[in-house]
Amino acid sequence: MIAFVIRRLLQSVLVMLTVAFISFALFRYVGDPVLIMLGQDFTQAQYDTLVSELGLDQPFYLQFAKFIVAALQGEFGISYRLARPVAQLIMERLPATLELSLVAAILALCIGVPMGVYTGLHRESWLSRFFLTISLIGVSLPTFLIGILLILIFAVQFGVLPSFGRGDVVKFGTWSSGFLTTSGLKALVLPAVTLSLFQLTLIMRLVRSEMLEVLRTDYIKFARARGLTNRAVHFGHALKNTLVPVITITGLQIGGIIAFAIVTETVFQWPGMGLLFIQSVNNADVPVMAAYLLLVGFFFVAINLVVDLLYYVVDPRLRVDRGAASGH
Amino acid sequence: MSLKRAYRAALLAGAMAIGLVAAAEAKPFRFSVSGDANTLDPHSQNAGQVTLILRQIYEPLILRGKKLEMIPGLATSWQSVEPNRWRFQLRRGVKFHDGSDFNADDVVFSIKRALLPTSNYSIYVDTVADAVRVDDHTVDIVTRIPDPILPDKLSSVFMMDKEWSEKNNALRPQNTREREEMFTVRNTNGTGPYRLTSRESDVRTELARVDSWWGWENKGLNDGNVTQITFRPVGSDATRVAALLSGEVDFVLDPPLQDVARLKQSLRVLEGPEVRTIFFAMDMHRDELLYSDVKGKNPLKDIRVRKALYHAIDSNAIHTRVMRGQSIPTGTFFPPQVNGYIKSEDVRLAYDVERAKKLLAEAGYPNGFEITLDCPNNRYINDEQICQAVVAMWTRIGVRAKLNAMPLATFFPKIQKDDSSLYLLGWGVPTYDALYSFQSLLQSRDGQPGNGIWNYGRYSYAEMDRLINIMKTELDSAKRTAAINAALKIYREDVPHIPLHHQMIPWAMRQTVNTVHMANNQLEVKWVKVD
Repeated sequence: MIAFVIRRLLQSVLVMLTVAFISFALFRYVGDPVLIMLGQDFTQAQYDTLVSELGLDQPFYLQFAKFIVAALQGEFGISYRLARPVAQLIMERLPATLELSLVAAILALCIGVPMGVYTGLHRESWLSRFFLTISLIGVSLPTFLIGILLILIFAVQFGVLPSFGRGDVVKFGTWSSGFLTTSGLKALVLPAVTLSLFQLTLIMRLVRSEMLEVLRTDYIKFARARGLTNRAVHFGHALKNTLVPVITITGLQIGGIIAFAIVTETVFQWPGMGLLFIQSVNNADVPVMAAYLLLVGFFFVAINLVVDLLYYVVDPRLRVDRGAASGH
Repeated sequence: MSLKRAYRAALLAGAMAIGLVAAAEAKPFRFSVSGDANTLDPHSQNAGQVTLILRQIYEPLILRGKKLEMIPGLATSWQSVEPNRWRFQLRRGVKFHDGSDFNADDVVFSIKRALLPTSNYSIYVDTVADAVRVDDHTVDIVTRIPDPILPDKLSSVFMMDKEWSEKNNALRPQNTREREEMFTVRNTNGTGPYRLTSRESDVRTELARVDSWWGWENKGLNDGNVTQITFRPVGSDATRVAALLSGEVDFVLDPPLQDVARLKQSLRVLEGPEVRTIFFAMDMHRDELLYSDVKGKNPLKDIRVRKALYHAIDSNAIHTRVMRGQSIPTGTFFPPQVNGYIKSEDVRLAYDVERAKKLLAEAGYPNGFEITLDCPNNRYINDEQICQAVVAMWTRIGVRAKLNAMPLATFFPKIQKDDSSLYLLGWGVPTYDALYSFQSLLQSRDGQPGNGIWNYGRYSYAEMDRLINIMKTELDSAKRTAAINAALKIYREDVPHIPLHHQMIPWAMRQTVNTVHMANNQLEVKWVKVD
């Protein structure tokens, strides 16, 4: 077990380094931050001074090494665009993204699972067909379009929900939360729905197919033969057994939700990390982009690690197989 | 005892009454644009989105009126006392938002701060050698050469408090090299009509009216009743428009053009020209173009080819189709708001495909040639669409232009390395004087500060250079205007650019909002009146 964790941790470090390297290599093509910093009027001398002061005239590998060493100390430099420390900027934006992702994930689970169960049990009903059609829309319509449509309906037509921003937030130290104010909660609705829609349909379709699979198995027939109620059969036996893959997928999707939040955050001007990233791309703000990509890479790696470990704990077969294999 | 109680009750009632009156008069104003100010340091970044916020808080010596004319601001009068010396009389009794007095030391400090290497406002003080305090309310600014337009330029330099800057270690304009945040990035102390009350970059900026501002008394300086400003940038065009339609913001400075017609149905849209001209610039220096199939010579050096490309453009089609009426076609390279503009030189070459073909044939390209057009796609209004339309028009005369459209972050580095044969550029004139455009865009690049720094086609014409040098130092305004007019004539006849149009900038707002449309695309909240 411990060897497994250590091996996975080492692999994670390698993945992170690769992410850092690729993103760093790509930044040479996003544009010249120095020109953007200098504005419309400058001399060649000013340009050269700034380049050397930022260390951009050094060879690539040296810049990369410096970046990694600084990043290991939690030092990501200062944003070219906002002239503020990158770590501070990201910490300011992190709560918005995490709260949005959390709500979106909960929405996706709490609506997706029951819908999946229903469509699995009542395959022919009109409601199931309706759900499936809706889910097709969720899968096929791009996020930004869904966001704009929701804004058009709920903000412009009915005027019940705000079209952008995060509403009022309450601060706890460095964390800012929108959960505790009415305007914060209202502002959360549209972005969370937009962000969750894709995951919701994914989970619903997954649960549905798993349910259909499980309902055909022998132990369900035995459970029915034992005279158990439908409720006990469906939820106690069938659903329980479909949840293992659902939990795995959901775990992996949380990383995806955080990363996909970029589009949703842009549409709703949600002041999270994704919006910060997009604004940084437009300004060739390399330090912020590098830090963001590293952080998202870290989230993915961490979630993957946790999911792997959970698998190891939850699924007894994994342990038995490995034990048997090492016995030979 | 009871007397005291009665007195207290009366006091309380009075306070409540005042509170009620104040509440009745509170006029909040919420506005939005696509991007936030990157910094609030007054001398760090010379960009529209920065000055949009700064100008509500800070003030220059000389303000701009509704027609962009110069009006006394922190300086009540100014005159050239010697060829190299301007004298400014300062307004008395002006206070900064922290309560300290505004005086000559603050002006000297601010001018010198704008001169420092980390300042991005050096174009406005490029001729300044020194700023000297004469007495508490008089300042002399000494220039290296006679500078006839120094007051015009100083209308863009904001005044800071010396003591406040010293106390907060903000003696230099902020720069990113320091690896630490300067106090001025998020804190302000100006003399203007509004003061900063809260700031969260990219999210929300709040300003409150300064009741003691010196200009509220003067009706020529303000027309507004806004007590509270909330500024929230929204990057997505569709969302910004939605926020305006749903009443979450009162004003949008940059509504997308395609929505303007629809917005007009329910909202107020102010349309007006911007001091920004869109044109095509060409490589007129290389002996062989970089991105063309013409070998051994540069067709763009031939005036007949330049005229042919010009004749081939149907500016009316671009005006009606691409710009949806939001442009003013022009034959010159700065708009009427700029000092030196003359109507008689603002004449386009006619749209004439046959003539264009004939000129090309005369120049030795009867079958046209191939060339690449570099074009930004997120900098000017409908920039990429303009390029697409023009490429199609050029095809009609046989010029096969390949369109290379890219975001500004890659476009500008490319042209700034002289790595372009033909590119689209939009040029604004922050000094409102023709010199700025001539010097940056058309003077020979001789290494002197400011000369030809945006002349990436490396146009060079001795007579033009001579006229530009006159513009720089001639204090006699009649002679100076004559030089500008002569240079504009060369511009029209020698075709160093292919001009296209002045950009129009619609502002959209709720019906309850009244304001003045400013051609510098800068909202002045002191002019805003909310019903």
